[in-house]
Amino acid sequence: MPKNSPSIDMTPMVDLAFLLVTFFMLISQFRAEEAAVIDIPSSVSDLKIPEKDLLMILVDKQDRVFFNLTGKEERVKVLEKIGEKYKVVFSDDQKKEFSNMASFGVPVNQLPAYLNAGSTDRKKLAEQSKGIPIDSLNCEICDWIYFSRKTAPKFRVAIKGDQVTSYPVVRKVMNYLQDDNIGKVNKFNLITNMETGPSN
Amino acid sequence: MAEMNTDDGGGGKKKHGKKRAKKSSTRIDMTPMVDLGFLLLTFFILTTTFNKPQAMQLTMPKKDENIPLEDQSKVPADHTMNVLLTKDNTVYWYFGMADPTKGALPALNKATYGPNGLRKVLIAENNKRHRAYDEIEKLKNDVATGKMPKDSLGKKKGDFFSDKTRKTSILVVLLKPDKDAKYKNIVDALDEMAICNIGTYALLEANDVENQMIANAQTYQ
Repeated sequence: MPKNSPSIDMTPMVDLAFLLVTFFMLISQFRAEEAAVIDIPSSVSDLKIPEKDLLMILVDKQDRVFFNLTGKEERVKVLEKIGEKYKVVFSDDQKKEFSNMASFGVPVNQLPAYLNAGSTDRKKLAEQSKGIPIDSLNCEICDWIYFSRKTAPKFRVAIKGDQVTSYPVVRKVMNYLQDDNIGKVNKFNLITNMETGPSN
Repeated sequence: MAEMNTDDGGGGKKKHGKKRAKKSSTRIDMTPMVDLGFLLLTFFILTTTFNKPQAMQLTMPKKDENIPLEDQSKVPADHTMNVLLTKDNTVYWYFGMADPTKGALPALNKATYGPNGLRKVLIAENNKRHRAYDEIEKLKNDVATGKMPKDSLGKKKGDFFSDKTRKTSILVVLLKPDKDAKYKNIVDALDEMAICNIGTYALLEANDVENQMIANAQTYQ
């Protein structure tokens, strides 16, 4: 390097960059990847949604229903009960995998394969899946709701729907949630984006 | 900062010999570090989610088929505004009850969501009855300017709507989405309830008569 090279002193820039890196590292939270891409509607409501103790039902663009529950222990307990009912045995590895992932939208009989799959395969499975069955004859979502409510009765119930989700599907899920024999929930949190004020 | 001069004081320039070699060797090239720093910076900026989603609370009436018909809350027809939500982000509204056995069906009014559609109608109708919109807006203003604590807003609102002189004549809005309504429409409509200070509203479903009315309105518009 020649002595009077036109090199700039980069120290302040480095200082700033690392300051920002530290800042973002400390405030960022990593979220487990959701199985569904959902474009939520906006509202003027400014109620914060808790991150813990939440039972969430997601409905995506194609009206597929997904389920999510926070809390690792609760998830495992619910999975065990579901396994008992549907006569599906889950291995310890599968249980662990289940406790670590976010929402899912596959029928119970496909769940072991879904849990065994790697992340790319899982994405594929999620795309092919038709969501958790909500038919009244084969109402798997009812069982998920029922066992979750049994395991964690204090959890808040949230519904996350896409803007273009058709309402009858959401209504159906809400009916199951309200049903005295299934969910017994009458208070819902509809997850929305913040809108800055009365404008459209 | 990264330049470390081991020479004593400012007299370095006058010395001879290995001075030059020493100076160039202690200067660190920071470019890779900067690269790495900015790479991490970009990564964290992109992966951070700042705005956490909000939630809108919705309380549904308890389902109980055992309540006798006489005990179910009845709403006087002329204070009941039925808002039918249907496809293409359109709403139809009418007052009263649509019962084909009791005379002609009420005419549907068409509106859109947003400030010039449903909101205008709702604010006007709400104000016709005890100036409810303006009164609640005053309370909200008091909260905004700090005249009233935020916690007491809910109670004050409740008091306003359940006051004996108003209770039976306040505007009641029934939201009735049909099978073509989108989830966004329901959230928008519930949002309008909050914006327009509607005290009493319920989320129901369009019945057969209303579905027919919507279909007719869509054909003849």
